[in-house]
Amino acid sequence: MNVVPRASQWGELIRPDRVHGSLYSDPAIFEAELQNIWYRTWVYVGHESEVPNANDYVVKSIGPQSVIMTRDEQGKVNLLLNRCSHRGNQVCSYDKGNARSFTCPFHSWTFANDGRLVGYAFPDGYEGQDKSKLALGRVTRVQSYRGFVFGSFAAEGPTLEEHLGGAAETIDRLVRFSPEGEVEVTAGFLKHRVKANWKFIIENECDGYHPAFVHSSIFGVADSAIGKLYGGASTAVTRDYGNGHTEIDLRPEFRKRDAPMSWFGTTEARLPDYTARMKAAYGDQTAREIMIDGSPHVMIFPNLFIAEIQMFVIQPLAVDDSVQHVTALQFKGAPDMNRRLRQQTMGSVGPAGLLLADDSEMYERCHRGVLARNPEWIFLGRGEKRERQDELGFKVGHVTDEIPSRGIWRHYRSLMETR
Amino acid sequence: MLSRESSATLMSAVAAFIYKEARFQDEHQYEAWEALWTDDGVYWVPANGDDIDPEKQMSIIYDNRSRISLRIKQLLTGKRHTQTPQSRLRRVVSNIELMDEQPGGDISVASNCLVFESSLRDDTVWAARNEYRLRYVDGELRMAYKKVILVNNEKALFTLSFLI
Ligand code: FES
Ligand SMILES: [Fe+2]
Repeated sequence: MNVVPRASQWGELIRPDRVHGSLYSDPAIFEAELQNIWYRTWVYVGHESEVPNANDYVVKSIGPQSVIMTRDEQGKVNLLLNRCSHRGNQVCSYDKGNARSFTCPFHSWTFANDGRLVGYAFPDGYEGQDKSKLALGRVTRVQSYRGFVFGSFAAEGPTLEEHLGGAAETIDRLVRFSPEGEVEVTAGFLKHRVKANWKFIIENECDGYHPAFVHSSIFGVADSAIGKLYGGASTAVTRDYGNGHTEIDLRPEFRKRDAPMSWFGTTEARLPDYTARMKAAYGDQTAREIMIDGSPHVMIFPNLFIAEIQMFVIQPLAVDDSVQHVTALQFKGAPDMNRRLRQQTMGSVGPAGLLLADDSEMYERCHRGVLARNPEWIFLGRGEKRERQDELGFKVGHVTDEIPSRGIWRHYRSLMETR
Repeated sequence: MLSRESSATLMSAVAAFIYKEARFQDEHQYEAWEALWTDDGVYWVPANGDDIDPEKQMSIIYDNRSRISLRIKQLLTGKRHTQTPQSRLRRVVSNIELMDEQPGGDISVASNCLVFESSLRDDTVWAARNEYRLRYVDGELRMAYKKVILVNNEKALFTLSFLI
């Protein structure tokens, strides 16, 4: 097609139970997504614990753009564009470090870590220039939720809380796994590249239909109870929180099991320190409930996926090129738990992961598949007739139903139709 | 210090071992490859640098012996989708050098390795520095440790589901 649809035409490509294949493969649509989604809505960028001290920085991204997350002397977190305001050179070439300022290697302009231009080389010749107009570009709005830092390039629009809506509660649920109520991101990221459109990835994150098939090779040989959570008889549910956020809620299954830490394939007895700290922090009853329910499985649109024990950040580079950045979640004050979180994460994700390599293979094959012209549609109707509402009014369905994909596309359409 | 002659003998045994390992990997002879490991084997592919602490930082692979075995079992199911069909592979190993002796008597070896992979996605070239600790068990050389230092381990990598 290679023509961006007009506002009134998106409905022809996105129907309640199916979407057109070109949405995944058309470069012009990808460019429109950058403008209407990635450079407009709230996008997850990094976690405050990645820059714990004054002057720490890490290089992150919003879509294909490089963004430097800094903590300045005042302790404030800034999101700066990694682009010199002189001639565009990247001012920062290391992934992380500690620096009060960034000096551009091209002509030596120097920027403070809050973005201000503090000096240029050979200042004569710049008489009458207003330095404050030549600062590094910034992500217009920066807000964090429980340490998770989001940025939006739009000056106006919903607040982060409005954007997160009901899904904020899943982050609340997550941080409770720390006896101190805080997640830490300290283990470094694996970066797994796939030749596939980013939407295949985000739809897959809460697709409970595939695990029984895509992951049968590992469920069959590992002594794992995960497979059953995604079977036909499972009582787990999929949920659409609106705004593109989706969840697989496994709590009904874990509550049936009624065994603390069973969600993590272990027991309280194997994590005595952690269990004791959780009980001291939350009281016996609440700690028990937290440890039975398990950590959330939630996809925060468009790029933050919390998969119980690990966190993914999905980055689109081109219409058919994406990177899955993934790390083990670390819970503050839980060293014995954190060690297991790292070990299990290393086994399952990244380029050689026992789970994720197979998912990634599926995205790539889907991407090649949608280039075919007939049939041109992706069918997302599973469970459409059995959707229901939960107590809070969110749509829920069976764990294998395609409620999450339909939710993502409904929100996508609303973003693409609004110019 | 080994005499010149014994070091040449050792070198040829080590080189033969490494070529055999390469062939088992290229030809997906999973069980034969697994049998090369000692009971305390560690298979490590670091990410984000060559000398990270794998007990604190994420690695691409950081398998103890039981996870090596799980990895092999998964491949043997024939349902590891990213290896169905299997990648077509050929690797060239060179610059094999005996390094300083290890305290426990293990033989330290390093080599360079270039792997050509042809898969459904595309053709990919992988390059690495490999470090081994080898040990004689019942008169046969075995691997107690293999560290694969990918040249581009700081970057975003495509799926790596064959035996690197
Ligand atoms: S491009 Fe940065 S100083 Fe010239
Ligand atoms: Fe999966």
